Amino acid sequence: MSVLIFLDQADNNIKKSSFEAAGYGAAIAKQIGVAAEAIVLGTVNDDLTTLGQYGVTKVHTVKNDALNNVDAQVFTKIIADAATAIGATVIVFSNNFNGKAIAPRLSVRLKAGLVSGAVALPDTTSGFIVKKNVFSGKAFANVSINTAIKIISLNPNSFSVATTSAMAEVIEFATTITDAKVKVTSTDKVVGEVPLSEAEIVVSGGRGLKGPENWGLVTELAKLLGATTACSRPVADIGWRPHHEHVGQTGLAIAPNLYFAIGISGAIQHLAGVNRSKTIVVINKDSEAPFFKAADYGIVGDAFEVMPKIIDAVKKMKGIS
Amino acid sequence: MKILVCISKTPDTTAKIAFADNNTKFAADGVQWIINPYDEWYALVRAIELKEADAATAIHLVTVGLADTDPIIRKALALGGDEAIRINADSHDSYYIASQIASIAKEGNYDLVFTGKETIDYNGSSIGGMVAELLDLPYVSLATKFTLEGTNAIIIREIEGGEETCKVQLPVVVSCQKGMAEQRIPNMKGIMGARSKPLKVVEPAAMDTFTSIASFDLPPAKAGVKLVSADNPEELVRLLHEEAKVI
Repeated sequence: MSVLIFLDQADNNIKKSSFEAAGYGAAIAKQIGVAAEAIVLGTVNDDLTTLGQYGVTKVHTVKNDALNNVDAQVFTKIIADAATAIGATVIVFSNNFNGKAIAPRLSVRLKAGLVSGAVALPDTTSGFIVKKNVFSGKAFANVSINTAIKIISLNPNSFSVATTSAMAEVIEFATTITDAKVKVTSTDKVVGEVPLSEAEIVVSGGRGLKGPENWGLVTELAKLLGATTACSRPVADIGWRPHHEHVGQTGLAIAPNLYFAIGISGAIQHLAGVNRSKTIVVINKDSEAPFFKAADYGIVGDAFEVMPKIIDAVKKMKGIS
Repeated sequence: MKILVCISKTPDTTAKIAFADNNTKFAADGVQWIINPYDEWYALVRAIELKEADAATAIHLVTVGLADTDPIIRKALALGGDEAIRINADSHDSYYIASQIASIAKEGNYDLVFTGKETIDYNGSSIGGMVAELLDLPYVSLATKFTLEGTNAIIIREIEGGEETCKVQLPVVVSCQKGMAEQRIPNMKGIMGARSKPLKVVEPAAMDTFTSIASFDLPPAKAGVKLVSADNPEELVRLLHEEAKVI
Protein backbone atom coordinates (compact mmCIF):
# COMPACT_ATOMS: atom_id res chain seq x y z
CA MET A 1 0.00 0.00 0.00
CA SER A 2 1.19 3.47 -0.74
CA VAL A 3 0.32 7.00 -1.77
CA LEU A 4 1.27 7.77 -5.38
CA ILE A 5 1.97 11.40 -6.31
CA PHE A 6 1.98 12.53 -9.92
CA LEU A 7 4.65 15.21 -10.43
CA ASP A 8 4.26 17.15 -13.65
CA GLN A 9 6.86 19.13 -15.48
CA ALA A 10 7.12 22.10 -17.77
CA ASP A 11 10.15 22.55 -20.01
CA ASN A 12 11.93 19.62 -18.33
CA ASN A 13 11.58 21.04 -14.83
CA ILE A 14 9.21 19.87 -12.13
CA LYS A 15 6.64 22.54 -11.35
CA LYS A 16 6.30 24.29 -8.03
CA SER A 17 2.71 23.10 -7.64
CA SER A 18 3.99 19.54 -7.96
CA PHE A 19 6.38 20.01 -5.03
CA GLU A 20 3.35 21.06 -3.00
CA ALA A 21 1.56 17.92 -4.17
CA ALA A 22 4.61 15.87 -3.13
CA GLY A 23 4.60 17.34 0.39
CA TYR A 24 0.83 16.94 0.64
CA GLY A 25 0.91 13.32 -0.57
CA ALA A 26 3.74 12.50 1.84
CA ALA A 27 1.73 14.01 4.71
CA ILE A 28 -1.25 11.80 3.80
CA ALA A 29 1.06 8.75 3.61
CA LYS A 30 2.33 9.51 7.09
CA GLN A 31 -1.21 10.03 8.36
CA ILE A 32 -2.42 6.62 7.10
CA GLY A 33 0.87 4.83 7.78
CA VAL A 34 2.05 3.94 4.26
CA ALA A 35 4.92 4.96 1.97
CA ALA A 36 4.83 8.01 -0.33
CA GLU A 37 5.98 7.29 -3.88
CA ALA A 38 6.04 9.62 -6.86
CA ILE A 39 5.89 9.25 -10.63
CA VAL A 40 7.57 11.56 -13.14
CA LEU A 41 6.91 11.17 -16.87
CA GLY A 42 9.16 12.50 -19.62
CA THR A 43 12.71 13.79 -19.36
CA VAL A 44 13.48 16.20 -16.53
CA ASN A 45 16.62 18.04 -15.48
CA ASP A 46 15.85 17.93 -11.76
CA ASP A 47 17.85 15.65 -9.47
CA LEU A 48 14.95 13.42 -8.50
CA THR A 49 16.67 12.01 -5.41
CA THR A 50 16.07 15.43 -3.82
CA LEU A 51 12.34 14.71 -3.83
CA GLY A 52 13.14 12.82 -0.63
CA GLN A 53 13.16 16.16 1.14
CA TYR A 54 9.39 16.38 0.67
CA GLY A 55 8.90 12.94 2.21
CA VAL A 56 8.84 10.85 -0.98
CA THR A 57 10.74 7.55 -0.61
CA LYS A 58 10.65 6.28 -4.21
CA VAL A 59 10.39 8.10 -7.52
CA HIS A 60 9.24 6.07 -10.52
CA THR A 61 10.33 7.52 -13.84
CA VAL A 62 9.51 6.87 -17.46
CA LYS A 63 12.22 8.78 -19.31
CA ASN A 64 10.93 9.24 -22.82
CA ASP A 65 10.74 12.44 -24.84
CA ALA A 66 7.35 11.35 -26.17
CA LEU A 67 6.03 12.14 -22.68
CA ASN A 68 7.22 15.75 -22.63
CA ASN A 69 3.85 16.78 -24.07
CA VAL A 70 0.86 15.73 -22.04
CA ASP A 71 -1.77 13.56 -23.67
CA ALA A 72 -4.30 12.76 -20.97
CA GLN A 73 -5.08 9.32 -22.44
CA VAL A 74 -1.42 8.25 -22.63
CA PHE A 75 -0.65 9.59 -19.15
CA THR A 76 -3.74 8.03 -17.59
CA LYS A 77 -2.74 4.58 -18.83
CA ILE A 78 0.80 4.83 -17.43
CA ILE A 79 -0.24 6.29 -14.08
CA ALA A 80 -2.96 3.64 -13.72
CA ASP A 81 -0.38 0.91 -14.43
CA ALA A 82 2.00 2.38 -11.85
CA ALA A 83 -0.76 2.78 -9.25
CA THR A 84 -1.73 -0.86 -9.70
CA ALA A 85 1.88 -2.07 -9.65
CA ILE A 86 2.67 -0.39 -6.33
CA GLY A 87 -0.77 -0.93 -4.77
CA ALA A 88 -1.56 2.77 -4.39
CA THR A 89 -4.67 3.50 -2.34
CA VAL A 90 -4.39 7.28 -2.61
CA ILE A 91 -3.23 9.15 -5.72
CA VAL A 92 -2.38 12.85 -5.53
CA PHE A 93 -2.26 15.45 -8.31
CA SER A 94 -1.84 19.20 -8.33
CA ASN A 95 -5.14 20.75 -9.46
CA ASN A 96 -3.31 22.55 -12.26
CA PHE A 97 -3.83 22.36 -16.01
CA ASN A 98 -2.42 18.86 -16.36
CA GLY A 99 -4.07 17.60 -13.18
CA LYS A 100 -7.43 18.74 -14.52
CA ALA A 101 -6.81 16.83 -17.75
CA ILE A 102 -5.59 13.56 -16.23
CA ALA A 103 -7.19 13.06 -12.79
CA PRO A 104 -10.81 12.72 -14.06
CA ARG A 105 -9.78 10.08 -16.60
CA LEU A 106 -7.83 8.17 -13.96
CA SER A 107 -10.86 8.30 -11.67
CA VAL A 108 -12.90 6.41 -14.27
CA ARG A 109 -10.05 4.05 -15.15
CA LEU A 110 -9.42 2.97 -11.56
CA LYS A 111 -13.01 3.37 -10.32
CA ALA A 112 -11.53 5.74 -7.76
CA GLY A 113 -13.47 8.69 -6.35
CA LEU A 114 -11.92 12.08 -7.15
CA VAL A 115 -11.95 15.29 -5.15
CA SER A 116 -10.52 18.15 -7.18
CA GLY A 117 -9.44 21.43 -5.63
CA ALA A 118 -8.56 20.08 -2.17
CA VAL A 119 -7.34 22.69 0.32
CA ALA A 120 -6.44 20.59 3.39
CA LEU A 121 -5.31 17.14 4.46
CA PRO A 122 -8.11 14.55 4.49
CA ASP A 123 -9.94 13.76 7.69
CA THR A 124 -9.40 10.02 8.11
CA THR A 125 -10.81 9.64 11.64
CA SER A 126 -13.92 7.95 10.26
CA GLY A 127 -13.98 7.46 6.50
CA PHE A 128 -12.01 9.67 4.16
CA ILE A 129 -13.24 13.26 3.92
CA VAL A 130 -11.50 15.94 1.87
CA LYS A 131 -12.13 19.67 2.17
CA LYS A 132 -12.34 21.46 -1.17
CA ASN A 133 -13.22 24.88 -2.52
CA VAL A 134 -16.72 25.23 -3.95
CA PHE A 135 -18.83 28.13 -5.23
CA SER A 136 -15.71 29.69 -6.74
CA GLY A 137 -13.93 30.19 -3.42
CA LYS A 138 -17.02 31.41 -1.55
CA ALA A 139 -17.40 28.17 0.46
CA PHE A 140 -15.89 24.77 1.22
CA ALA A 141 -17.41 21.31 0.83
CA ASN A 142 -16.26 18.36 2.90
CA VAL A 143 -16.45 15.50 0.44
CA SER A 144 -16.43 11.86 1.45
CA ILE A 145 -14.66 9.52 -1.00
CA ASN A 146 -16.39 6.16 -0.80
CA THR A 147 -14.20 4.01 -3.07
CA ALA A 148 -11.22 1.81 -2.16
CA ILE A 149 -8.81 3.98 -4.16
CA LYS A 150 -8.96 7.73 -3.63
CA ILE A 151 -7.74 10.50 -5.95
CA ILE A 152 -7.15 14.03 -4.68
CA SER A 153 -6.02 17.04 -6.68
CA LEU A 154 -4.59 19.77 -4.50
CA ASN A 155 -5.26 23.44 -5.21
CA PRO A 156 -1.97 25.26 -5.85
CA ASN A 157 -0.67 27.44 -3.01
CA SER A 158 -2.95 25.90 -0.37
CA PHE A 159 -0.55 23.56 1.44
CA SER A 160 2.69 24.58 3.17
CA VAL A 161 5.45 22.11 2.55
CA ALA A 162 7.98 21.15 5.21
CA THR A 163 11.30 19.78 3.97
CA THR A 164 13.98 17.48 5.42
CA SER A 165 17.35 16.32 4.12
CA ALA A 166 16.16 12.82 3.13
CA MET A 167 16.89 11.35 -0.29
CA ALA A 168 14.54 9.38 -2.53
CA GLU A 169 15.35 6.26 -4.51
CA VAL A 170 14.83 6.72 -8.27
CA ILE A 171 13.54 3.70 -10.21
CA GLU A 172 12.76 3.31 -13.91
CA PHE A 173 9.16 2.15 -14.32
CA ALA A 174 8.84 -0.37 -17.17
CA THR A 175 5.72 0.31 -19.20
CA THR A 176 4.46 0.60 -22.74
CA ILE A 177 3.71 4.06 -24.10
CA THR A 178 0.64 4.26 -26.32
CA ASP A 179 0.47 6.71 -29.24
CA ALA A 180 -0.87 10.17 -28.42
CA LYS A 181 -4.06 10.97 -30.31
CA VAL A 182 -3.70 14.67 -29.46
CA LYS A 183 -0.68 15.96 -31.41
CA VAL A 184 0.85 19.17 -30.15
CA THR A 185 1.90 21.24 -33.17
CA SER A 186 3.22 24.38 -31.42
CA THR A 187 3.53 26.00 -28.02
CA ASP A 188 3.60 29.66 -27.16
CA LYS A 189 4.77 30.66 -23.70
CA VAL A 190 5.27 33.95 -21.96
CA VAL A 191 9.00 33.85 -21.31
CA GLY A 192 10.64 35.02 -18.11
CA GLU A 193 7.52 35.57 -16.05
CA VAL A 194 6.16 33.26 -13.36
CA PRO A 195 2.83 31.88 -14.64
CA LEU A 196 -0.16 33.52 -12.92
CA SER A 197 -1.33 30.19 -11.56
CA GLU A 198 1.96 29.76 -9.70
CA ALA A 199 2.72 33.37 -8.76
CA GLU A 200 3.19 34.22 -5.09
CA ILE A 201 2.63 37.93 -5.68
CA VAL A 202 0.20 39.31 -8.25
CA VAL A 203 -0.19 42.99 -9.15
CA SER A 204 -3.43 43.64 -10.99
CA GLY A 205 -5.02 46.64 -12.68
CA GLY A 206 -8.58 47.59 -13.54
CA ARG A 207 -10.50 50.22 -15.46
CA GLY A 208 -9.55 52.80 -12.85
CA LEU A 209 -6.18 53.03 -14.58
CA LYS A 210 -7.97 54.70 -17.51
CA GLY A 211 -5.91 53.24 -20.35
CA PRO A 212 -3.14 50.79 -21.35
CA GLU A 213 -0.64 53.68 -21.49
CA ASN A 214 -0.81 53.86 -17.69
CA TRP A 215 0.10 50.21 -17.09
CA GLY A 216 3.64 51.20 -16.18
CA LEU A 217 2.33 51.66 -12.63
CA VAL A 218 1.35 47.98 -12.55
CA THR A 219 4.35 46.53 -14.36
CA GLU A 220 6.93 48.59 -12.46
CA LEU A 221 5.61 47.51 -9.07
CA ALA A 222 5.33 43.91 -10.33
CA LYS A 223 8.93 43.95 -11.50
CA LEU A 224 10.17 45.30 -8.18
CA LEU A 225 8.26 42.66 -6.22
CA GLY A 226 9.03 39.75 -8.59
CA ALA A 227 5.30 39.59 -9.19
CA THR A 228 3.17 38.52 -12.11
CA THR A 229 0.70 40.99 -13.64
CA ALA A 230 -3.04 40.43 -13.97
CA CYS A 231 -6.14 42.43 -14.82
CA SER A 232 -9.90 42.59 -14.40
CA ARG A 233 -12.33 41.32 -17.01
CA PRO A 234 -13.30 44.69 -18.57
CA VAL A 235 -9.62 45.49 -19.11
CA ALA A 236 -9.07 42.23 -21.01
CA ASP A 237 -12.34 42.66 -22.92
CA ILE A 238 -11.46 46.18 -24.12
CA GLY A 239 -8.08 44.84 -25.17
CA TRP A 240 -5.89 46.93 -22.85
CA ARG A 241 -4.26 43.72 -21.63
CA PRO A 242 -4.05 40.16 -23.02
CA HIS A 243 -6.81 37.70 -22.11
CA HIS A 244 -4.48 35.36 -20.28
CA GLU A 245 -4.05 38.07 -17.61
CA HIS A 246 -7.78 38.11 -16.77
CA VAL A 247 -8.45 36.85 -13.26
CA GLY A 248 -11.98 36.35 -11.97
CA GLN A 249 -14.92 34.02 -12.17
CA THR A 250 -14.68 33.54 -15.92
CA GLY A 251 -10.94 34.03 -16.14
CA LEU A 252 -8.29 32.38 -14.04
CA ALA A 253 -8.85 31.74 -10.34
CA ILE A 254 -5.68 32.39 -8.34
CA ALA A 255 -4.53 32.13 -4.73
CA PRO A 256 -1.28 34.08 -4.32
CA ASN A 257 0.22 35.21 -1.01
CA LEU A 258 -0.35 38.82 -2.04
CA TYR A 259 -2.93 40.18 -4.47
CA PHE A 260 -2.38 43.89 -5.09
CA ALA A 261 -5.38 45.42 -6.90
CA ILE A 262 -5.15 48.89 -8.43
CA GLY A 263 -8.28 50.63 -9.74
CA ILE A 264 -10.46 47.50 -9.53
CA SER A 265 -13.87 47.97 -7.88
CA GLY A 266 -14.16 44.31 -6.83
CA ALA A 267 -17.34 43.05 -8.47
CA ILE A 268 -18.45 39.73 -7.04
CA GLN A 269 -17.30 37.95 -10.22
CA HIS A 270 -13.80 39.38 -9.80
CA LEU A 271 -13.69 38.42 -6.14
CA ALA A 272 -14.60 34.83 -7.04
CA GLY A 273 -11.27 34.55 -8.84
CA VAL A 274 -9.07 36.13 -6.17
CA ASN A 275 -10.78 35.59 -2.81
CA ARG A 276 -8.44 32.71 -1.93
CA SER A 277 -5.44 35.10 -1.92
CA LYS A 278 -3.82 35.19 1.51
CA THR A 279 -3.42 38.98 1.64
CA ILE A 280 -5.41 41.42 -0.49
CA VAL A 281 -4.44 45.06 -0.99
CA VAL A 282 -6.85 47.46 -2.69
CA ILE A 283 -6.03 50.91 -4.07
CA ASN A 284 -9.20 52.67 -5.20
CA LYS A 285 -10.39 56.26 -5.14
CA ASP A 286 -13.97 55.20 -4.38
CA SER A 287 -14.30 54.47 -0.66
CA GLU A 288 -17.54 52.59 -1.45
CA ALA A 289 -15.80 50.13 -3.78
CA PRO A 290 -16.95 46.63 -2.72
CA PHE A 291 -13.37 45.35 -2.91
CA PHE A 292 -12.52 47.11 0.39
CA LYS A 293 -14.86 44.67 2.20
CA ALA A 294 -12.75 41.73 0.98
CA ALA A 295 -9.38 43.44 1.45
CA ASP A 296 -6.83 43.19 4.25
CA TYR A 297 -5.17 46.54 3.50
CA GLY A 298 -6.36 49.46 1.47
CA ILE A 299 -5.81 53.04 0.46
CA VAL A 300 -8.71 55.25 -0.59
CA GLY A 301 -6.97 57.47 -3.06
CA ASP A 302 -6.06 58.28 -6.64
CA ALA A 303 -3.83 55.53 -8.03
CA PHE A 304 -1.92 58.07 -10.13
CA GLU A 305 -0.84 59.89 -6.99
CA VAL A 306 -0.50 56.93 -4.63
CA MET A 307 1.26 54.38 -6.83
CA PRO A 308 4.44 56.37 -7.60
CA LYS A 309 4.91 56.87 -3.85
CA ILE A 310 4.38 53.15 -3.21
CA ILE A 311 6.86 52.28 -5.94
CA ASP A 312 9.42 54.64 -4.39
CA ALA A 313 8.84 53.16 -0.93
CA VAL A 314 9.34 49.62 -2.27
CA LYS A 315 12.55 50.72 -3.99
CA LYS A 316 13.76 52.17 -0.72
CA MET A 317 12.84 49.00 1.13
CA LYS A 318 14.73 46.90 -1.43
CA GLY A 319 17.69 49.26 -1.32
CA ILE A 320 17.21 50.46 -4.91
CA SER A 321 17.34 54.19 -5.27
CA MET B 1 -21.55 16.85 -37.89
CA LYS B 2 -23.24 16.04 -34.59
CA ILE B 3 -22.29 17.99 -31.50
CA LEU B 4 -23.31 17.18 -27.94
CA VAL B 5 -23.11 20.14 -25.53
CA CYS B 6 -23.25 19.39 -21.81
CA ILE B 7 -25.29 21.94 -19.89
CA SER B 8 -25.34 22.45 -16.14
CA LYS B 9 -27.57 24.60 -13.96
CA THR B 10 -25.75 26.84 -11.48
CA PRO B 11 -26.70 29.65 -9.11
CA ASP B 12 -26.34 33.12 -10.61
CA THR B 13 -22.83 34.57 -10.22
CA THR B 14 -24.16 37.12 -7.70
CA ALA B 15 -26.18 34.59 -5.64
CA LYS B 16 -25.71 34.62 -1.88
CA ILE B 17 -23.99 31.41 -0.83
CA ALA B 18 -25.55 29.91 2.31
CA PHE B 19 -26.34 26.42 3.56
CA ALA B 20 -29.32 24.72 5.18
CA ASP B 21 -30.12 21.49 7.05
CA ASN B 22 -27.18 21.72 9.42
CA ASN B 23 -24.82 22.82 6.65
CA THR B 24 -25.45 19.75 4.51
CA LYS B 25 -27.35 21.44 1.67
CA PHE B 26 -27.04 24.55 -0.46
CA ALA B 27 -29.77 27.01 0.60
CA ALA B 28 -31.52 27.34 -2.74
CA ASP B 29 -34.43 29.51 -1.56
CA GLY B 30 -34.68 32.68 -3.59
CA VAL B 31 -31.65 31.80 -5.69
CA GLN B 32 -31.80 32.65 -9.36
CA TRP B 33 -30.47 29.86 -11.58
CA ILE B 34 -28.53 30.29 -14.79
CA ILE B 35 -26.80 28.12 -17.37
CA ASN B 36 -23.28 27.56 -16.08
CA PRO B 37 -21.42 30.43 -17.83
CA TYR B 38 -18.66 28.20 -19.25
CA ASP B 39 -21.26 25.85 -20.74
CA GLU B 40 -23.24 28.72 -22.21
CA TRP B 41 -20.82 31.42 -23.33
CA TYR B 42 -18.10 29.16 -24.59
CA ALA B 43 -19.26 25.56 -25.26
CA LEU B 44 -22.77 26.25 -26.56
CA VAL B 45 -22.01 29.45 -28.47
CA ARG B 46 -19.00 27.85 -30.21
CA ALA B 47 -21.23 24.93 -31.23
CA ILE B 48 -23.76 27.42 -32.61
CA GLU B 49 -21.00 29.15 -34.59
CA LEU B 50 -19.98 25.80 -36.08
CA LYS B 51 -23.59 25.23 -37.12
CA GLU B 52 -23.73 28.70 -38.66
CA ALA B 53 -20.69 27.77 -40.74
CA ASP B 54 -22.16 24.40 -41.74
CA ALA B 55 -25.94 24.09 -41.71
CA ALA B 56 -25.72 20.29 -41.74
CA THR B 57 -24.60 20.44 -38.09
CA ALA B 58 -26.93 19.19 -35.35
CA ILE B 59 -26.54 20.49 -31.80
CA HIS B 60 -27.90 18.29 -29.04
CA LEU B 61 -27.92 19.39 -25.43
CA VAL B 62 -27.69 17.12 -22.44
CA THR B 63 -28.20 17.94 -18.79
CA VAL B 64 -28.51 15.92 -15.60
CA GLY B 65 -31.15 17.49 -13.39
CA LEU B 66 -34.70 17.42 -12.12
CA ALA B 67 -37.69 19.23 -13.65
CA ASP B 68 -36.49 22.56 -12.20
CA THR B 69 -33.69 22.42 -14.77
CA ASP B 70 -36.16 22.81 -17.66
CA PRO B 71 -36.09 26.65 -17.80
CA ILE B 72 -32.30 26.52 -18.15
CA ILE B 73 -32.34 23.94 -20.91
CA ARG B 74 -35.11 25.90 -22.71
CA LYS B 75 -32.88 28.97 -22.60
CA ALA B 76 -30.05 26.94 -24.11
CA LEU B 77 -32.46 25.81 -26.86
CA ALA B 78 -33.42 29.46 -27.38
CA LEU B 79 -29.78 30.35 -27.90
CA GLY B 80 -29.47 27.72 -30.61
CA GLY B 81 -29.54 24.05 -29.57
CA ASP B 82 -31.65 21.82 -31.83
CA GLU B 83 -32.90 19.35 -29.26
CA ALA B 84 -32.26 18.50 -25.64
CA ILE B 85 -32.16 15.49 -23.37
CA ARG B 86 -32.66 15.87 -19.64
CA ILE B 87 -31.62 12.93 -17.52
CA ASN B 88 -34.01 13.04 -14.61
CA ALA B 89 -31.60 12.79 -11.67
CA ASP B 90 -30.05 15.04 -9.06
CA SER B 91 -26.46 14.33 -8.11
CA HIS B 92 -23.29 16.10 -7.03
CA ASP B 93 -21.07 13.12 -7.85
CA SER B 94 -19.02 13.80 -10.97
CA TYR B 95 -18.66 10.11 -11.85
CA TYR B 96 -22.42 9.51 -11.68
CA ILE B 97 -23.15 12.58 -13.83
CA ALA B 98 -20.41 11.73 -16.34
CA SER B 99 -21.69 8.15 -16.60
CA GLN B 100 -25.19 9.37 -17.42
CA ILE B 101 -23.87 11.77 -20.07
CA ALA B 102 -21.58 9.09 -21.53
CA SER B 103 -24.49 6.67 -21.95
CA ILE B 104 -26.39 9.33 -23.93
CA ALA B 105 -23.26 10.20 -25.92
CA LYS B 106 -22.66 6.54 -26.83
CA GLU B 107 -26.14 6.20 -28.31
CA GLY B 108 -25.88 9.48 -30.22
CA ASN B 109 -22.58 8.79 -31.99
CA TYR B 110 -21.36 12.38 -31.73
CA ASP B 111 -18.38 13.87 -33.56
CA LEU B 112 -17.83 16.40 -30.80
CA VAL B 113 -18.67 16.61 -27.13
CA PHE B 114 -18.32 20.07 -25.60
CA THR B 115 -18.37 20.89 -21.89
CA GLY B 116 -17.58 24.07 -19.98
CA LYS B 117 -14.20 24.05 -18.22
CA GLU B 118 -15.91 23.69 -14.84
CA THR B 119 -19.16 24.63 -13.14
CA ILE B 120 -19.07 27.77 -11.03
CA ASP B 121 -20.73 25.97 -8.10
CA TYR B 122 -18.87 22.71 -7.49
CA ASN B 123 -15.75 23.67 -9.51
CA GLY B 124 -14.96 20.02 -10.27
CA SER B 125 -13.54 20.45 -13.78
CA SER B 126 -14.04 16.69 -14.09
CA ILE B 127 -16.99 15.87 -16.33
CA GLY B 128 -15.20 16.31 -19.68
CA GLY B 129 -12.27 14.08 -18.73
CA MET B 130 -14.52 11.43 -17.23
CA VAL B 131 -16.84 11.36 -20.25
CA ALA B 132 -13.81 11.06 -22.55
CA GLU B 133 -12.45 8.12 -20.57
CA LEU B 134 -15.86 6.42 -20.47
CA LEU B 135 -16.08 6.79 -24.26
CA ASP B 136 -12.38 6.00 -24.79
CA LEU B 137 -11.97 9.28 -26.72
CA PRO B 138 -9.20 11.87 -26.69
CA TYR B 139 -9.81 14.86 -24.44
CA VAL B 140 -8.55 18.40 -24.85
CA SER B 141 -9.12 20.43 -21.70
CA LEU B 142 -9.28 24.20 -21.18
CA ALA B 143 -9.60 25.05 -24.86
CA THR B 144 -9.53 28.72 -25.88
CA LYS B 145 -9.92 28.25 -29.67
CA PHE B 146 -11.50 25.53 -31.74
CA THR B 147 -11.54 25.16 -35.53
CA LEU B 148 -12.34 22.29 -37.87
CA GLU B 149 -10.06 21.14 -40.66
CA GLY B 150 -11.77 18.25 -42.44
CA THR B 151 -12.14 15.46 -39.92
CA ASN B 152 -9.54 17.02 -37.62
CA ALA B 153 -9.96 19.63 -34.93
CA ILE B 154 -7.30 22.28 -34.42
CA ILE B 155 -7.51 23.34 -30.81
CA ILE B 156 -5.60 25.90 -28.77
CA ARG B 157 -5.54 25.08 -25.08
CA GLU B 158 -4.18 26.89 -22.09
CA ILE B 159 -1.11 25.45 -20.39
CA GLU B 160 0.94 26.83 -17.50
CA GLY B 161 2.17 30.25 -18.59
CA GLY B 162 0.98 30.09 -22.17
CA GLU B 163 -0.88 28.03 -24.72
CA GLU B 164 -0.33 25.18 -27.11
CA THR B 165 -1.90 24.31 -30.42
CA CYS B 166 -2.87 20.73 -31.01
CA LYS B 167 -4.45 18.65 -33.69
CA VAL B 168 -6.75 15.73 -33.04
CA GLN B 169 -8.94 13.55 -35.18
CA LEU B 170 -12.67 13.57 -34.42
CA PRO B 171 -14.45 12.42 -32.35
CA VAL B 172 -13.06 14.33 -29.39
CA VAL B 173 -14.23 15.69 -26.05
CA VAL B 174 -13.32 19.35 -25.41
CA SER B 175 -13.70 21.49 -22.29
CA CYS B 176 -14.22 25.12 -23.22
CA GLN B 177 -13.24 28.40 -21.62
CA LYS B 178 -12.82 32.08 -22.36
CA GLY B 179 -11.68 32.77 -25.89
CA MET B 180 -13.77 30.06 -27.59
CA ALA B 181 -16.69 32.40 -28.30
CA GLU B 182 -18.50 35.48 -27.05
CA GLN B 183 -21.60 35.57 -24.89
CA ARG B 184 -24.90 35.92 -26.80
CA ILE B 185 -28.38 37.00 -25.75
CA PRO B 186 -31.25 34.85 -27.03
CA ASN B 187 -33.52 36.76 -29.45
CA MET B 188 -37.32 36.63 -29.58
CA LYS B 189 -37.34 34.22 -32.54
CA GLY B 190 -35.07 31.89 -30.62
CA ILE B 191 -37.19 32.09 -27.48
CA MET B 192 -40.42 31.40 -29.40
CA GLY B 193 -38.79 28.59 -31.39
CA ALA B 194 -37.37 26.95 -28.27
CA ARG B 195 -40.89 26.14 -27.05
CA SER B 196 -41.44 23.70 -29.87
CA LYS B 197 -37.97 22.14 -29.89
CA PRO B 198 -37.82 18.58 -28.54
CA LEU B 199 -36.88 18.26 -24.87
CA LYS B 200 -36.74 14.58 -24.05
CA VAL B 201 -36.74 13.48 -20.42
CA VAL B 202 -35.12 10.12 -19.72
CA GLU B 203 -34.75 8.25 -16.46
CA PRO B 204 -31.15 7.73 -15.28
CA ALA B 205 -29.35 4.45 -15.89
CA ALA B 206 -28.19 2.58 -12.78
CA MET B 207 -24.69 3.95 -12.12
CA ASP B 208 -22.24 4.03 -9.23
CA THR B 209 -21.45 7.10 -7.16
CA PHE B 210 -17.91 7.51 -5.88
CA THR B 211 -18.27 10.52 -3.58
CA SER B 212 -20.81 12.26 -1.37
CA ILE B 213 -20.85 15.69 0.26
CA ALA B 214 -20.73 15.34 4.06
CA SER B 215 -21.07 19.05 4.86
CA PHE B 216 -20.33 22.60 3.78
CA ASP B 217 -18.43 25.39 5.54
CA LEU B 218 -18.21 29.09 4.89
CA PRO B 219 -14.78 30.70 5.09
CA PRO B 220 -14.09 32.64 8.29
CA ALA B 221 -15.09 36.29 7.97
CA LYS B 222 -12.29 38.71 7.11
CA ALA B 223 -11.07 40.78 10.04
CA GLY B 224 -11.84 43.94 8.09
CA VAL B 225 -9.70 46.17 5.97
CA LYS B 226 -6.88 48.19 7.53
CA LEU B 227 -6.98 51.53 5.75
CA VAL B 228 -3.83 53.58 5.26
CA SER B 229 -4.01 57.32 4.51
CA ALA B 230 -3.47 58.32 0.88
CA ASP B 231 -1.00 60.90 2.20
CA ASN B 232 1.22 58.19 3.63
CA PRO B 233 1.40 55.25 1.17
CA GLU B 234 4.87 54.37 2.55
CA GLU B 235 3.03 53.03 5.60
CA LEU B 236 1.30 50.43 3.39
CA VAL B 237 4.67 49.16 2.20
CA ARG B 238 5.89 48.97 5.80
CA LEU B 239 2.79 46.98 6.85
CA LEU B 240 3.13 44.54 3.96
CA HIS B 241 6.78 44.02 4.80
CA GLU B 242 6.70 43.92 8.60
CA GLU B 243 3.16 42.88 9.54
CA ALA B 244 1.78 40.76 6.69
CA LYS B 245 5.34 39.69 5.71
CA VAL B 246 4.34 39.19 2.09
CA ILE B 247 6.92 41.44 0.42
